[in-house]
Amino acid sequence: MRLECDGMALGCNSLIELRDAIATGKVSAVDAVRAYLDRIERYNKKLFAFREVYADSALARARQVDAGESRGRALAGVPVAIKDCMCSTEGTTACSSRMLANYRSPFTATAVQKLIDAGAIVLGRTNMDEFAMGSSTEHSAFGRTLNPWNTDCVPGGSSGGSAAAVAADLCAAALGSDTGGSIRQPAALCGVIGLKPTYGRVSRYGLVAFASSLDQIGPFARTIPDAALMLSVIAGHDPLDSTSAPGNMDAFDVEQPVQNLRIGIPAQYRSDANHPAVSAAWDEAIAVYQDAGAKIVEVELPHTEYGIPVYYIVATAEASSNLARYDGVHYGHRAQNPADLIDLYCKSRSEGFGDEVKRRIMLGTYALSSGYYDAYYNRALKVRRLIKQDFDNAFFQGRGCDAILCPSTPGPAFKFGEKMDDPLAMYLNDVYTVNSNLAGNASISLPGGFVEIDGKRLPLGVQLICPAFEEAKLLRIARMHEKATGYTQHRPPLDV
Amino acid sequence: MASLNTRLMVGMEVHVELCTRSKMWTSAPNVAHPDFDAADPNTLTNPVVIGMPGTLPVMNRAAVEMSIKVGLALGCKIAGFTKWDRKSYYYPDLPKNYQISQYDQPLCEEGAVEIPVSVGTGLTESGSDGAERSGLAESGSVKTIRIIRAHLEEDAGKLLHEAPGGIRIDHSIVDLNRAGTPLLEIVTYPDMSSADECVAFARTLRDICRHLGVTQGIMQKGHIRFEPNINVIIESGGQTYKTPIVEIKNLNSFKAVHGAVTYEHQRQVEEWQETGKVMGERAKTTRGWDDTRMVTTLQRAKEDADEYRYFPDPDLVPVVVDDAWRESIAATIGELPLARRSRYVAQLGLPEAQADALIDEPAVCAFFEDVLSSGGGSDVKKAAAVMSNNVQKLANERGKLAHELGISAAQLAGVLQLLAEDKIASNAVDALLSACCDSDETAEKLAEKQGLLQVSDTGALEGFVDQALADPRNDKAINDIREGKDKAIGSLMGQVMKLSQGSANPKLVRELIIRKLRG
Repeated sequence: MRLECDGMALGCNSLIELRDAIATGKVSAVDAVRAYLDRIERYNKKLFAFREVYADSALARARQVDAGESRGRALAGVPVAIKDCMCSTEGTTACSSRMLANYRSPFTATAVQKLIDAGAIVLGRTNMDEFAMGSSTEHSAFGRTLNPWNTDCVPGGSSGGSAAAVAADLCAAALGSDTGGSIRQPAALCGVIGLKPTYGRVSRYGLVAFASSLDQIGPFARTIPDAALMLSVIAGHDPLDSTSAPGNMDAFDVEQPVQNLRIGIPAQYRSDANHPAVSAAWDEAIAVYQDAGAKIVEVELPHTEYGIPVYYIVATAEASSNLARYDGVHYGHRAQNPADLIDLYCKSRSEGFGDEVKRRIMLGTYALSSGYYDAYYNRALKVRRLIKQDFDNAFFQGRGCDAILCPSTPGPAFKFGEKMDDPLAMYLNDVYTVNSNLAGNASISLPGGFVEIDGKRLPLGVQLICPAFEEAKLLRIARMHEKATGYTQHRPPLDV
Repeated sequence: MASLNTRLMVGMEVHVELCTRSKMWTSAPNVAHPDFDAADPNTLTNPVVIGMPGTLPVMNRAAVEMSIKVGLALGCKIAGFTKWDRKSYYYPDLPKNYQISQYDQPLCEEGAVEIPVSVGTGLTESGSDGAERSGLAESGSVKTIRIIRAHLEEDAGKLLHEAPGGIRIDHSIVDLNRAGTPLLEIVTYPDMSSADECVAFARTLRDICRHLGVTQGIMQKGHIRFEPNINVIIESGGQTYKTPIVEIKNLNSFKAVHGAVTYEHQRQVEEWQETGKVMGERAKTTRGWDDTRMVTTLQRAKEDADEYRYFPDPDLVPVVVDDAWRESIAATIGELPLARRSRYVAQLGLPEAQADALIDEPAVCAFFEDVLSSGGGSDVKKAAAVMSNNVQKLANERGKLAHELGISAAQLAGVLQLLAEDKIASNAVDALLSACCDSDETAEKLAEKQGLLQVSDTGALEGFVDQALADPRNDKAINDIREGKDKAIGSLMGQVMKLSQGSANPKLVRELIIRKLRG
């Protein structure tokens, strides 16, 4: 099969290039959508990045754009993907769960609606770990998504479908959601950019909740300017989400390097558990900023090691409550012929949820139970504050640093099944990402290099973390790395 | 029981459905608002009410303000900082399977309410059917019931076991119209010691809430629901025993409150005599009230502590009530019903029955106050009498409340002025009020148009009187009057009134007759 591995569909190298080509009439929106639908047709069967594809409605929208609708809008005619946990009136909002396999949402998520209002065309929704619980997309009830760089490997998760779709160029950009690393980890494993905005930057209305105090929607993109554009479209206060921050994002120039840059290197992230190639990519990134004149400073994040345990108490506690509504009564999977009400609840939930979801509901229910609340949930909240304080100290104490630079994951993409029987090993894949969610920072994973394993190249990610609401600075710093390394221009071979 | 000294202890949990336009967490209409309470089942819903995936709650500020208003009226401390917690339990009328409530930081804490009590209740006697309001307050004495807390939460929907119209079905159905209605839960200390006091408290609280305009307070619609927590302290053989606490769920009439408390008092003493069971950590049970059999029935024995897995709702932000906000709410409270009632009785000298009748319906009472301040206040007793008699009669006839008749406060004040100035006769009031219902013109204009103004022009009156005196059929009466028999004046006056077609001012007619015949 002929491969198109160097450049996006239609020869464009970025979403912005494609957007401009459509705007100037060089390419029609219908051509753009067709080109992507062709690629989806060719590759999705094997990769299973998309769980549902909306070919007809996408083409219909494209024709409207070509007829002049959305003219001048930020994303007019740009084909994008959304994650399966984002509500839309198109198709089924299934969260890749049997529980919601036939669930049709009566409304569209704010972030998705903002994309549509900006002229973007939603090609479909992407596969994910069920209810966003997982780090490999192996926990989808609909099948696994393959890593486009090596189809024996996982794409990461939970937004594995979105990461794979962007990596394989099945869409110009995609939305994901990040609760403990679910955007950044798959971005790292698939060699694309994944941005987790500050908690509150993007409305959660219409994002099916996993852990409400941690969930945040963000973009996958192939270039930093593309990610910045996507963020500027979806960001902003939403009266339907009390936790969304007031105001919108101010305009900023991502090309403007940050002056007197200070990059913090957390001592606690230097671990023997890191793959040597991960350490190498990190060192290379440090060198990039050094060469750009940045001051590299050591920072202490002493509570780092508590991140995973705190996360798995807070997230599972909230999840146990958020997922209580799936009981077979009002919508979703309902067991047949229940003996009574309790039987209806038990059977519907037993049949509707997969093992990982059940595991987390049980953990969270336990953590919130009377007698255990103080020992687990309450203590976790206290440690969560300490973790946030670590970051605040690193950023604001003394001269502080502008951003923290660290790996996104301890290693590259792992093989299917490798961690399925060892939940703890799976959870540890998020060791470098969960703390940003706990602290509510803005952070991003960018392509940071490659490692060759079994004769195949696998991408590696490096992560930048900035204080809350400092996305503009974060993206400008990330852009410096992108320009210096060119790693974002690498494409998987797609030997499908 | 007769030989035992028993003392009843009752604390009350009260649920008040607030009458905001929209629900507690979303813009869907609120079934407890008068505009929506007749809605068809499951029409007051949206994705947030149904708890659909991806939905989020947004706090209704008006509901918080109403709650603060009640808290202030009950003398509570209003929390400067409060938050929302999830209370988890599975039930089909609770779509999210958790209720958003307030756990450890309620909006209002530590207040008190004064209730009218009659002397003699409060001990072991509780058999009278004190559900009637009259008789409660005649002594004028009050008792203080302390409030533990008042917090805001959302109501659940309703689970129905028969289809609308009473049709039998083999399954249950859910109506979510009530789901998400703002619900203020008020909890008292166990300060009530008789069924009468419980009812007095229930009435007083309802009156307060209705006067504050925070609820329609229609009992039959469940706008206010009472849950007494009852036990009995028994003294026997020099020892004190406390019976296990029983909570009676969801009482929505004063009669039920009275009946359930009375029944429990007796039942608990009897149970203690049979079993000797006393209060323990896990001995609280829940019972329901059977309105037809007039008994309580066991619903649930709480063997274990409730497991609601409370935790702060991460979808909502905490509420900060600053001084300015609290004070702006306090400024809207005004005179509370019990204070108003004692002012009506003690200062204005109104009969108690009239004061009660006026206060019973807040909107009517406000209308009455308007009438007084619009120029109808020169004779308050007269004003109250006309309100309670003539206006009320008209309201009953038309199936409306007094303030809904179409009579403006200024018109009614005008009617009272015409009466005071003798420009209309008392028996013209009904006709004039009727005319006011359908017209915006002043009472005086309407009285004139309807020919209700009394003739006070002495020239015209003399004509009528002379005509009557000249009529030979009146000779006997004339003689009687001359001989000092006052009784006869009436019959002659009747003749004059007839001649004037009822328009003559009877006071002047009487004076004229006396002057002419007795000189």
